[in-house]
Amino acid sequence: MNILELHNLKKYFTTQKAVDDISFNIERGNIFGLLGPNGAGKTTLLRMITGILYQDSGELIFNGKKYDPVSDTIRIGYMPEERGLYKKMKIGEQALYLAQLKGMNKEDAIKKIKDWFIKLEMQSWWNKKVEDLSKGMSQKLQFVITVLHEPELIILDEPFSGLDPVNANLIKDEIFDLSQKGSTIIFSTHRMEQVEEICDHIVLINKGKKILDGTVAQIKNEFKENIYQLGVAMLPEDLATNIFEVVKYLPGQLLIKLREGVHTNDVLEYFIKHNIMVNFFKEVLPSLNDIFIKKVEGTSIVRQFEKVY
Amino acid sequence: MDKILLIIKREYLTRVRNKTFLLTTFLLPIVILLFIFGTAFLAASTPEKLKKIAVINDPGMFKSNLKNDAGHLNFDFTTTLDSVGFKNSGYDALLDLNNDSISKNFTILSKEELDIKTKEMIEARLDMAFENNLLEKKGIHKEILDSIINQSTGSFTINNRRVSDRGSSEQVNASLNYGIGFSSGFLIYITMIIFGAMVMRGVMEEKTNRIAEVIISSVKPFQLMMGKIIGIASVGLTQFLLWIILIVILLPVLSSFLPHALMQNAIEASQNIHSGPGNSALMKALELKQMADSVNWLRIICYFLFYFLGGYFFYASLFAAVGSVSNEDSQGAQSLMLPIMMPIIFSFIILSSNLTTPNSKIMVWASIIPFTSPVVMMGRIASGTPWEQLVASMFFLIAGFVFTTWIAGKIYRIGILMYGKRFSWKEMLKWAFHKS
Repeated sequence: MNILELHNLKKYFTTQKAVDDISFNIERGNIFGLLGPNGAGKTTLLRMITGILYQDSGELIFNGKKYDPVSDTIRIGYMPEERGLYKKMKIGEQALYLAQLKGMNKEDAIKKIKDWFIKLEMQSWWNKKVEDLSKGMSQKLQFVITVLHEPELIILDEPFSGLDPVNANLIKDEIFDLSQKGSTIIFSTHRMEQVEEICDHIVLINKGKKILDGTVAQIKNEFKENIYQLGVAMLPEDLATNIFEVVKYLPGQLLIKLREGVHTNDVLEYFIKHNIMVNFFKEVLPSLNDIFIKKVEGTSIVRQFEKVY
Repeated sequence: MDKILLIIKREYLTRVRNKTFLLTTFLLPIVILLFIFGTAFLAASTPEKLKKIAVINDPGMFKSNLKNDAGHLNFDFTTTLDSVGFKNSGYDALLDLNNDSISKNFTILSKEELDIKTKEMIEARLDMAFENNLLEKKGIHKEILDSIINQSTGSFTINNRRVSDRGSSEQVNASLNYGIGFSSGFLIYITMIIFGAMVMRGVMEEKTNRIAEVIISSVKPFQLMMGKIIGIASVGLTQFLLWIILIVILLPVLSSFLPHALMQNAIEASQNIHSGPGNSALMKALELKQMADSVNWLRIICYFLFYFLGGYFFYASLFAAVGSVSNEDSQGAQSLMLPIMMPIIFSFIILSSNLTTPNSKIMVWASIIPFTSPVVMMGRIASGTPWEQLVASMFFLIAGFVFTTWIAGKIYRIGILMYGKRFSWKEMLKWAFHKS
């Protein structure tokens, strides 16, 4: 079942069409990537999902029913890009307050906070004020606060920005862990290499419209350019052939692009016939980064303001 | 609903447990009381120097009539001094009467500039001398005159009773009503200004801490706004209560430290009351007590609470709306605050200039319009207001704060999520009336 369905969502502001007819579905238990350049409409979209903004038209279906912000926000955890916390408030107290606002009862919340603090090595922080923490530390705290009430849907906006590799890894592991336990996670980011590592399904939006929608594998396949990587013991001097062309020469390797209709076995046959030793042979799929740039380029990347009404 | 309670609790506790709150609450009244008593004490206990004044060229009538002012002025009639020599002879000043018994204007030469009080005392003594002289000429004895004045001054009082349409009457005391009206109006005025600013700053907290989105993803903006307004109100009420308790405890303690005569002096010095012959301070106190008993305190306190809370909520939501739209730049915030403070200040001006005529047209209107009613109506309550006007005023105030809260909610929900932009009144109005 889909945990969330977006049907033709629209949100127009006076200076731009932030979200212009977007529809997609998110399966339960998925790790879902929401990608797009700056100004694409990601944050507006997320704010509609978390009940902070209301759509101008279109429907949100949460768990099979029409989305009701009052009762559904309890089942959603949101970590916005603006990493904010009450600076002067003590950490333990603050986590408790925010958990209670999400509907948790006091004893339950305190126990869970303690458990998480131990898990992420934050035990000594309980009575410290937020302003005493470094950025990385406060982000760990923010993450804990977001997932504390065991939400079914977790939304993370740029969760790794500002984290060092160790902490980034820590959070990544926790995300996988949560996904195993059945939570669905929406990830909004620019960092394509993370997306490739973590996400099952992605959606790319630009200028308020959806441009790509599919699993990572599907999209890569869609954009593949028939490029293959060949490991050869010795670089051959002359490769005159019409079944492929060499795109790049690298030490010990060739990057070749197959012509239309040519089979991989044809390539192998060629090399065998020519007595060239092949060490390895595999397809090179385009990186999401390249796909992103390709899809978004051509049209202006930076959003201009336009008159809507 | 319990989310609002959670928010109220948090707002209240974080402010009340703050060191600054505790400091201001406990220190301020102590500081103020010490200040008042201290200055009065100082003023009263500074020994006043006796001023010696040489008088020359007396036309004749002054010598027997110009009396010394014990402890302050000593007049010495002499013929041997001139305008230079008086200093060496130990005099502070030289009064030259020019042998003139008609003129009322004389010159006094002095070592140092005479202070105003001394100057006035000298003039008063000259007046008295002249009066004595006239009395003598007319054959009136001073003691008899004084006794007559004594008996007739301040011996008559009238009690005012207001008759209602049904014929019952109740005791009325205009000056007490004035006092009550003024002080309650003043209290409400001051409170709204101080707490308005506090609400505004409180509302900006989510923005400056950038936590607005996180909170709004858990509660509705309206709940957050109301939680803050009520939470801050409770902090204010707590502070008031503590101050009242402190003052009630401290006042008798402090006064017991000062000797009674000095206290008298101190009070007189700070209020410039000259105890007339017929009125001792004790009688005055008794009078006050009688007046106090004649007032229906319960009724006044109930109305006070109503207008206090009504006015607070009316204006607090406006301050909240303005705060939600401000950034950390305090310049912008201050300038947005001004248009809201103006009606508050204006209502106080109306109150203080028209309090002696509590039922004049301007007072009637100002006590019904919700912008000015909290301050102005309190000025009229003690003097009796027709019930239709009271009901109208209360109705409009309630309707008023429901309306301002509703509008503020709409502005708040948008303003609190916007960063970095300054907003014009036009835009705010647009949000206020835009259908959500």
